[in-house]
Amino acid sequence: MPTPQTIEKANDIKLNDFVIRFANVNGTGSASANFLFAKAIFRMGIPVTPKNIFPSNIQGLPTWYEVRVSEEGWLGRRDGIDFMVSVNPQSMPGDIASVRPGGYFMYDSTKMLYEEFIRPDIHYIGVPMMELSVRAFKDARQRQLFKNVIYVGALSELLGIEFQALVEVLNSQFKGKEKLIEPNVKALQMGIDFVKENYHEPINIRLERRDLIGDSILIDGNTACGLGAVYGGATVCTWYPITPSTSVAESFNKFCSKYRIDPETGKKNFAFVQSEDELAAVGMAIGAGWNGARSFTATSGPGLSLMNEFLGLAYFAEIPMVLFDIQRTGPSTGMPTRTQQSDVFEAAYASHGDTKQVVLFPSTPKECFEMSAQAFDLAEQLQTPIIMLSDLDLGMNDHISEPLVWDDNQKYNRGKVLSAEILDEMESFGRYLDVDGDGIPYRTYPGTHPEKGAYFTRGSSKDEYAKYTESGEDYKRNMDRLLKKFNTAKDLVPAPQLYQETNQSKEGILFFGTSKYAAEEALHLLKKDGKTLDAIRIKAFPFNQTVEDFIHSHDRVYVVEQNRDAQLRSLLMIELEIDPKKLIKILNYDGMPITADDIIKRV
Amino acid sequence: MTFIKSQFRHPDTPKNKLGYTSAYYEGALSTLCAGCGHDSISAAIVQACFELDIEPHKVAKLSGIGCSSKTPTYFLSNSHGFNSVHGRMPAVTTGANLANRDLMYIGVSGDGDSASIGMGQFAHVIRKNLNMVYICMNNGVYGLTKGQDSATADVGSVSKAGSVNPYQPIDLASLAIELGASFVAQSFSGDKDQLIPLLKAAMNHPGFAFLNIVSPCVTFNNNPGSTKSYQFVREHSACTGKTDYIPVMVPITHSSKEGETSTIELHDGSAIQLHKLDNDWNPEDRLSAITALKKAEAKKEVLTGLLYINREPIELHQIFNTTDTPLNQLDEKVLCPGNEVLKGINEGYR
Repeated sequence: MPTPQTIEKANDIKLNDFVIRFANVNGTGSASANFLFAKAIFRMGIPVTPKNIFPSNIQGLPTWYEVRVSEEGWLGRRDGIDFMVSVNPQSMPGDIASVRPGGYFMYDSTKMLYEEFIRPDIHYIGVPMMELSVRAFKDARQRQLFKNVIYVGALSELLGIEFQALVEVLNSQFKGKEKLIEPNVKALQMGIDFVKENYHEPINIRLERRDLIGDSILIDGNTACGLGAVYGGATVCTWYPITPSTSVAESFNKFCSKYRIDPETGKKNFAFVQSEDELAAVGMAIGAGWNGARSFTATSGPGLSLMNEFLGLAYFAEIPMVLFDIQRTGPSTGMPTRTQQSDVFEAAYASHGDTKQVVLFPSTPKECFEMSAQAFDLAEQLQTPIIMLSDLDLGMNDHISEPLVWDDNQKYNRGKVLSAEILDEMESFGRYLDVDGDGIPYRTYPGTHPEKGAYFTRGSSKDEYAKYTESGEDYKRNMDRLLKKFNTAKDLVPAPQLYQETNQSKEGILFFGTSKYAAEEALHLLKKDGKTLDAIRIKAFPFNQTVEDFIHSHDRVYVVEQNRDAQLRSLLMIELEIDPKKLIKILNYDGMPITADDIIKRV
Repeated sequence: MTFIKSQFRHPDTPKNKLGYTSAYYEGALSTLCAGCGHDSISAAIVQACFELDIEPHKVAKLSGIGCSSKTPTYFLSNSHGFNSVHGRMPAVTTGANLANRDLMYIGVSGDGDSASIGMGQFAHVIRKNLNMVYICMNNGVYGLTKGQDSATADVGSVSKAGSVNPYQPIDLASLAIELGASFVAQSFSGDKDQLIPLLKAAMNHPGFAFLNIVSPCVTFNNNPGSTKSYQFVREHSACTGKTDYIPVMVPITHSSKEGETSTIELHDGSAIQLHKLDNDWNPEDRLSAITALKKAEAKKEVLTGLLYINREPIELHQIFNTTDTPLNQLDEKVLCPGNEVLKGINEGYR
């Protein structure tokens, strides 16, 4: 294998439009170097989507970081790798095979490439990353870390990343640890210099500054969820660690530790409890919600299974709380570091007996923030658990998002809670009495009034005055009221997004959550090919009238989701009594985020 | 058995400082079996709250599932109550307490609820030193499902159906001490004179207070051969000493001689007065408390009375350094950082 290789000049220049993948070893500090690469492109005003494809492992196994750059602004995943940066011998054969013909393969040329790794249809770029690093840095850990920064430097020279953009990112990345900036810049420069000295032919992938980002931010969904909980007034967070939800709780704690400390006493205006398991986590959230604090827990599929019994109690005893389920690939332990939308059913009908839960489906970090805050209002308005159903792709990957905004005039909607003054004027109080005809009763917090408003909360059947009953009539009346309340929720939850003012086609496409990115790109590509589809993005369960109308006004509707069993489609069939033949499944469930291609080839 | 609760009260019925009679602290009519030990414990809770002049609305009573967990309906009907799910009372109480630190929390559980399905939560609520009174109404048997042995049944204890329990019992009191509970006492539902002062002391304790109360099941575990029957407990009960709870401390001469009175002054000026029977036992020493329990166990006795107390426990809110105002009373002014702060946060993600 000859190194360095001559780089052929290509005819079709990919300007601000390519997919690059980094193949690293887990636990070698590659994440921050790869982030530096993606963030610098973002700083150049070019739409970029980084995705971490990581193993369930702390150190040693292969991990990948995939960055899609799209001048047109498509932020979903795209198959086909134009550029591979290989720093992991373990995964090298597969990594070489995955490069599309005509693409590039950058590798650490400190060691020779095996003959059998040579493909005639791709370009090889050897950079002696480790050799350069060893020469410049003494400490073993530093050598490992800066090897990664060296390839970012080399890439910046090859692809045209502005040096200043890289330095700006380093400056903000190492705020407070400024002495780390200098060696990072040095490593970048070494990569740049190596390419300058050894490569003189341009490659056909180029980056050029644009102004397509505006005031957008690059943030992951879990951080935005945690921040939304802070803004939404959550005071009690109870949780048990589980990938990929852990960073929701951590984000809440981080922002609270900054913005929820009493300036005079230094005491905390929040409680953050890492509990012994998910059963306790949800139980604590329910106890706090019952007692009038805004509370939440964050988990993933296995945790949601454990929480099911308690969710039935909260549904039946009508206790507000918020549950974040950051979905991963199930069932069981499944692929804990891969994404999926496969908890739809488990969330919607969580628990035994007749239960229906309110579920929200955010698609972007901005929606993570807004819906999280709104979820606390909804929980108290409806006196029931609200499940925020996000996924690993949205939760743990950075996404370009509109900036987060808060209306300072907004007041929390604490729902129907009786104060001591109101209780004083009341003859009698019925905790489960449907006074307003919307199925939502009034409640009291413990400790409100010395002599009025006390009631007994229970998971067993009760009458309107919270008295234990085994009367079938009383039980049925209560269950019917709960259903009425669920119907009231239809107009309180976020409305779906319609992509057209009037229908353009007999065919529609319906999607939710992170399928949005691929679906929007697919719609665009299909339109370019002359096929127009009407589209709707669902944001909540229960489905409101708009969803029903959309389906009824089309001959067939493609339902896009990232699970095997078409769970949302079933939910539509059950709840809206839609003919199954009308709903065409488009499914993706390999653990990777769905692509526009996945959709187009099934339409 | 009557299904109507008499509302008649003698006009001279004594009232406490708040002007309430003890009847005001009662609950709904019990649906437990006549003679159930649990009803005696409910009555003791009523009496303790009445005597301590507790405002009922400042109490929250929570429970799990089982016969024991039904009892919160049968006391303090003017307090909010919460009958949650099996074995999970500690979690729900933890959340409730975090939301409002100003209330008193009484958690009721049973031996099935605490020592089997809720064992993990029992251990972890102790670890967290939640400020609550945790009452285990312990009868060694699953009553609501008709007579299965529980995890606190002694080896060799004979069930009503005649089977002999082969498994080691879980000793909740020594376990609680081992796990770091800051107040541990053991009592017998049939000994009101002992139970009421212990309840009062537990209610006054500013941390986790555990009361393991042997409370015979008259229907399924009161037969000959059972070690949780009225007769067995009466015949095999040993006491650490007589306990009195004094709400406001009056000077008492200290004495640590066996058979004489000693006083444990508490954080707020109240006191526990002990008439110790055993001079080897020091209620402020965990090792001696566990030794006393193990010695009694070797003699096949149930040791009752105060077992262990840590006078200055650090409860969960102190660990967390939560604000003095109950969290459920904070509004958007305190909780929401506002749009200006958000603009700065956005900037950090550009």
